[in-house]
Amino acid sequence: MWIKHPIPGIDKPALTKFAVLKPYTAVPAGAADDLLFSRWLVSTPLWAWLVFALALSAWPMASYASSTYTMSDAFQALWRWIPFIVTGGFFFNVVISFFAMLIGTVLGVILGLMQISPLWVIRFPAQVITQVFRNSPWLVLLFIVLLALPYEIEFGDTIIRIPDWMKAVFGLCLPIMANISEVVRGAINSVPSGQWEAAESLAYTRQQTLWQIILPQCFKRMIPPWMNWYAILTMATPLCSLLGVEEIITLSRQAIEAENNKPELLVPFYGFALLIFFAYCYPIARATIALERRFAVKL
Amino acid sequence: MSQPAWTEDQPIVSIKDVHKSFGDLEVLKGISMDVMKGEVICIIGPSGSGKSTLIRCVNALNDIQSGSIQVEGQEVNDKALDKLELRKKVGMVFQQYNLFPHKTALENIMMAPIKVLKQDKAEVEKRARSLIEKVRLQGKENAYPGELSGGQQQRVAIARSLAMNPDIMLFDEVTAALDPETVKEVLVTIKDLAEDGMTCMLVTHEMGFAKEIADHIYFTDRGVIVEHGPPATFFEQANDPRTQEFLSQIL
Amino acid sequence: MLEAFTEFFRTLAEDHPRWNFIFFYEPRQWARIVKGFQHTIVLSIACVFFSVVIGVVGAWMQSSPSKWVRRIVQGYIQFFRNTPPFVQLLFFYFALGQFTPTVTGPDGWTEVPLVSNIGWAIISLSFFAGAFNVEIFRSGIEAVPESTQEAASALGFSRLQTYMDVVLPLAFRVSLPALNNNLVNLVKTTTQAIAIAVPELLYQSVSIWSDYPSAQYPTMILLFLSFIFLVGILVLGMSRWERAMRIPGYGG
Repeated sequence: MWIKHPIPGIDKPALTKFAVLKPYTAVPAGAADDLLFSRWLVSTPLWAWLVFALALSAWPMASYASSTYTMSDAFQALWRWIPFIVTGGFFFNVVISFFAMLIGTVLGVILGLMQISPLWVIRFPAQVITQVFRNSPWLVLLFIVLLALPYEIEFGDTIIRIPDWMKAVFGLCLPIMANISEVVRGAINSVPSGQWEAAESLAYTRQQTLWQIILPQCFKRMIPPWMNWYAILTMATPLCSLLGVEEIITLSRQAIEAENNKPELLVPFYGFALLIFFAYCYPIARATIALERRFAVKL
Repeated sequence: MSQPAWTEDQPIVSIKDVHKSFGDLEVLKGISMDVMKGEVICIIGPSGSGKSTLIRCVNALNDIQSGSIQVEGQEVNDKALDKLELRKKVGMVFQQYNLFPHKTALENIMMAPIKVLKQDKAEVEKRARSLIEKVRLQGKENAYPGELSGGQQQRVAIARSLAMNPDIMLFDEVTAALDPETVKEVLVTIKDLAEDGMTCMLVTHEMGFAKEIADHIYFTDRGVIVEHGPPATFFEQANDPRTQEFLSQIL
Repeated sequence: MLEAFTEFFRTLAEDHPRWNFIFFYEPRQWARIVKGFQHTIVLSIACVFFSVVIGVVGAWMQSSPSKWVRRIVQGYIQFFRNTPPFVQLLFFYFALGQFTPTVTGPDGWTEVPLVSNIGWAIISLSFFAGAFNVEIFRSGIEAVPESTQEAASALGFSRLQTYMDVVLPLAFRVSLPALNNNLVNLVKTTTQAIAIAVPELLYQSVSIWSDYPSAQYPTMILLFLSFIFLVGILVLGMSRWERAMRIPGYGG
């Protein structure tokens, strides 16, 4: 039924007493991290990406119609290089994101729990660390870690070289740590304070309350934002190319150079990079939103 | 447009055989009524009977499918209608007050005369202050809507409409969202207005109030006017079983 | 005073070779830092400004009656949201940059591109943050109840007047916290302009520590503190503004 002016009480629920502003759907400031990123990723129709890819390749094709090196040559070049770019490049993006997430999560959970400590000496440094790493640019963190970490570590006689990608893992795990810390704090704070009081009245200690009552309740709530951050992290891994870490953008550049730097190559190669990230993050985003819906109903 | 000039002996609002539906739902099924200048009419009836829709049609917030609504001789059901002209004549007060939350009480009252009628600011302010006094809210000029109670907000909303110097005031269940203790202060304000000779059309559930101030009462149910008459006869001698049933539930 | 300051860092560098705060006593390095800082600020201000303009215009276009206008805006949002800003920068500068016309440079004989790398960084980052701003403002507009707009039209306000005097002031207040978050993120993202050699703070820092490896730790510290400072100022300013815009009587 098509309604031009819905009338309260007739074709929509009667309004509340103070109809000033309706609930605002975007993220409130300072809230634990939202699922904005995943939501938007999910809301992209898949065909839009195909149309986008076609449109992108059509433009330079028109510009270079007269040149001898055609767009189909460029796509053939891309086709030859894809196995190299994916196995040697994108594979490392995935590896870096996986380990950065693992370490970032462990550290982030510890930091998050410290943030809700009743002890000032524990809480305050944790809050400072969280805010500092949340608010500094990822690229700056990457540079600093890459240069500050030694190239090799000596263990008695054996010398272990630290590969660049491992340093990138440390660089990227810092912002993830800070953001996961906020996720944990936000989730714990979202449990009604009545739960704490109820547990206290049953003579639970604070530690018991936290581990046996509060955390089991908010664990599920943390999973969707955690996955959201994984997608954001994956999207950030191309930054490592600036530091010479071998990953998809670095290898794409090398491939373009090997093909004599033809300008026609730029669109297919970078376009492929855009699409492969989308292809990887899209299912994660879908799962995130699906999980979020499921937990939203249950909780 | 050569319409016969409207004179005060003709109805100020003339509604003839109005039909209105939202999709498949027919809300008004041929409603007619005349309101004379200075008259106070109350429209009562069960929820969903089309009362609110009817008065929203009078100032063109809802359009109608067929029939005619004339305000001071001006046809409202007309694509070429100058809505600004109409709304200068017809003030409206809503159930939800709908004050602008980012403006103070005084600014809420002054906004439309300045922005819409392009009147002089100093003059508007003078008038707005006297309106505040009229609705008995002295001292609340600089309060924001969120700092006022429901009844106070509703009185600001009435003053805001009056600032446009309307000839007719429409009241759409203006006390329905209020706490019982603040209902009275709003009703007193409306009564003052009616006694000053303002033409008023009210949709209300306050039967006692309707009985006291109305010149004429209309009872609507399922999109038609079931019964109407002056309060004395309407409440004492309702004929239709639907009216009787409604009144027995309410009174 | 200044003399003593530079002297202190000069001796510090001599005594502790790893703590060479070279930019505190060598004017050329100091000039680099200042220039980098200026570029970062110019980049941030320009991007903040244009992205907010894009946000307001885009949100207005999204309420357009034309289905195609809405779809184009939606397509724009989806593209810029869901791809890494870093790859967008590379894409704009390298892939699209080569199709833009060139003009004769100031020296009279070299050809320089019409849009410089700083120009591309501003365009790319503004569109990136603008996509988020469109959504932020749109949700803000949707939060204004129809009934409030209806009250305005019952008072004789035109559509444009209703939009300008009632909807936008309310929507803007609702959007501020989310806008705040996004702009902080934007300032952080300006560092990625290093990819196309925009001489902003990170770029200058990297070149200082590659020229003077002994200055590596001090430069890092300076870089880190600079960004904490910049972001801190933005957050502080925005939260003050938020408080100033707060409507008394509603919300905390």
